[in-house]
Amino acid sequence: MIGELVKKYLRMDRLPHMWCPGCGHGIALGALLRAFDKVGIDKDKTVIFSGIGCASRAVGYLDFSTVHTTHGRALAFATGFRLLRDDVKVIVIMGDGDALAIGGNHFIHACRRNIDITAIVWNNQIYGMTGGQSSPTTPQSRLSTTTPYGNFARAFDFCNLAIGAGATYVARATTYHASLMTELYASAIKHHGFSFVETFTQCPVNYGRRNKFPDPASMLKYMKDISVPFKVAEKMGSDELQGKIVIGELIKEKSDVELNEVVRERIMKFRGGAQ
Amino acid sequence: MSQSSHLEPVVNKAFCKGCGICIEFCPANILEFDEHRKCRVTEPDKCIKCFQCEMRCPDFAIELVEKGEEK
Amino acid sequence: MSAKLIQGNEAVVYGAIKAGLKFFAGYPITPSTEIAEMCARELPKVGGVFIQMEDEISSVAACIGASLAGFRSMSATSGPGFSLMQENIGYAIMAEVPLVIVNVQRMGPSTGIATAPSQSDYMQVRWGTHGDHPMVSFAPFSVEECFTEVIRSIYWSERISSLVVLLLDEVVAHMREGIDIDSIKNVIEIPDRGPFPNERENYRPYKVDKDKGAKLPPLGMGYRFNVTGLVHDELGFPVEDPEKTKDLIKRLHNKIDAVESEIISYDERYTDDADVIIISYGSVARSSLRAVRELRKNNFKVGFFRPITVWPFPSKRVRELSKRIKKIVVAEMSMGQMVLEVERSVGDDCQINLIQGISGELISPDIIYKTASEVISR
Repeated sequence: MIGELVKKYLRMDRLPHMWCPGCGHGIALGALLRAFDKVGIDKDKTVIFSGIGCASRAVGYLDFSTVHTTHGRALAFATGFRLLRDDVKVIVIMGDGDALAIGGNHFIHACRRNIDITAIVWNNQIYGMTGGQSSPTTPQSRLSTTTPYGNFARAFDFCNLAIGAGATYVARATTYHASLMTELYASAIKHHGFSFVETFTQCPVNYGRRNKFPDPASMLKYMKDISVPFKVAEKMGSDELQGKIVIGELIKEKSDVELNEVVRERIMKFRGGAQ
Repeated sequence: MSQSSHLEPVVNKAFCKGCGICIEFCPANILEFDEHRKCRVTEPDKCIKCFQCEMRCPDFAIELVEKGEEK
Repeated sequence: MSAKLIQGNEAVVYGAIKAGLKFFAGYPITPSTEIAEMCARELPKVGGVFIQMEDEISSVAACIGASLAGFRSMSATSGPGFSLMQENIGYAIMAEVPLVIVNVQRMGPSTGIATAPSQSDYMQVRWGTHGDHPMVSFAPFSVEECFTEVIRSIYWSERISSLVVLLLDEVVAHMREGIDIDSIKNVIEIPDRGPFPNERENYRPYKVDKDKGAKLPPLGMGYRFNVTGLVHDELGFPVEDPEKTKDLIKRLHNKIDAVESEIISYDERYTDDADVIIISYGSVARSSLRAVRELRKNNFKVGFFRPITVWPFPSKRVRELSKRIKKIVVAEMSMGQMVLEVERSVGDDCQINLIQGISGELISPDIIYKTASEVISR
């Protein structure tokens, strides 16, 4: 099955991909392909943007119109494109550093604008490509090359940030939850408005090794152990949820104010109906 | 799952990077490392067609295919 | 419309819309904000889109996205914003995405004086973004030229598939002159981006002749390729091949060198018998022109040279003039940036006198008159 999807949606001549052995991005990409199949995505009417980093390398493998932009700015590029082309599905793939550190500002504004873009973040809690520096989602006390004595700052909760900034579809999975990833990606793609799926993934080489995970499988098991489904988490106190990852659909709102709709309406007003 | 009894796990050694995830997660314990640290299916007939390996492989290197089909 | 008092910034918008502008993304910054505000009012009327982005970085990003969607797009800013834009300016140049950025120069460095004119971004326009890259930039000196030069900017950005900077300063941006937009003649037609082949499979947008720009079809129309800031191959995928790398960098430059003589534009007056020539651009050239006319009335043989294309600098013509005219006065509102281009262009036997304007005020005709009359008497 995956072989067919790979042939259908990936650029075969660019495989095998450059991600390290055991990297979670490959698992997430597989889940994304299944989601594409599930929603029947049109490769000609879809543009995929990404930033800079390991996650952002995904576009090099996807057989779509792809735009590999500058670090942290993918959502801004995608916004300009989407405002003019609401006939095209726009998906943005980013890593945690890309989307939340340098790209943090663009992230919250994209949420606020509720523009119909699907933002997928592969959060491995580290800057993998550049060798393992800490990111805004690296948990406190974890080791990285720039926090050699343990990370002293707290980590962002990506989904809380998105919810706070007004995103109308916010969901989370981990690469352990392979089927859930596919389900959430598919829902996010179908959502009308800004949709955001955070995927915790593993970076065995630059995060795992330094933080005492002996192998990639152990990182998947760890993510499974600390995951709590949304409906269960709702009944838990904040103390109990310390150190846990809440998975599933966290927000799913029917959005009545999608940006393009407002923009089009305004233009129509001036043009008397004809565009 | 009688519909899938015609399927067997096959490894694409060119894609396999030897990460060990499928081996660790196989409930039937029929996967192991070969001499080159690539995945090898030890007893394909004991495969329970759970699809865990295929879903968890980061490299699209293991797949359940029709028995006898070449990968 | 009949003649109206129109501001330089307004004329930029009128011209851009005439040239088919359909997208503007920007961030408020004095003294360019009027451009954004007018685009916000006018673009929806022509079926275009305006968006105020969260900063200048995302403004350029959004413009590049819009250009990739197949539409003419533009942003406008001033010094501090222009500094922020540099990374994505480099991206547009590397990926060969047509784009126009208006920089309305103000006093710097840093926050400087928001409302005071300057011409101290001249070198930044050329070299602000990192790496080996070419640059094309035009500098109007009147409201009418704001209209015609923004059109020329859009024309060239499409022709060479690259980024063009329209370089104003606060005086040009805010001056008002009576013009009748509709009666402006000789407005360039902007070429369409196509035609693109029907065969969409395997279309290679970066496969072009060594001295041509890439032709990117609008994304989301069935042409599946990659756009990136990394050194890339014909399909836009990253490569690390030394020959391909060299070829790409050369082509990015060659495509502009090949049409340089068409891009170059300047305004030359009173040079046939001149003993001294005054070189300036933008609002300073208004002062120079006034000074030259006064000097001529008093029988000083002074010539006037105004680059309209400021990058590439009109070296060839300046060099020719310097063979005969050995005394040069350069007037610019900076510590001296364009003067470096003049020095580079002329022979060793030329005497170059620089009038610096670093007080946040337009260099007056009096100062230019005084300097030129002293130089000519030496």
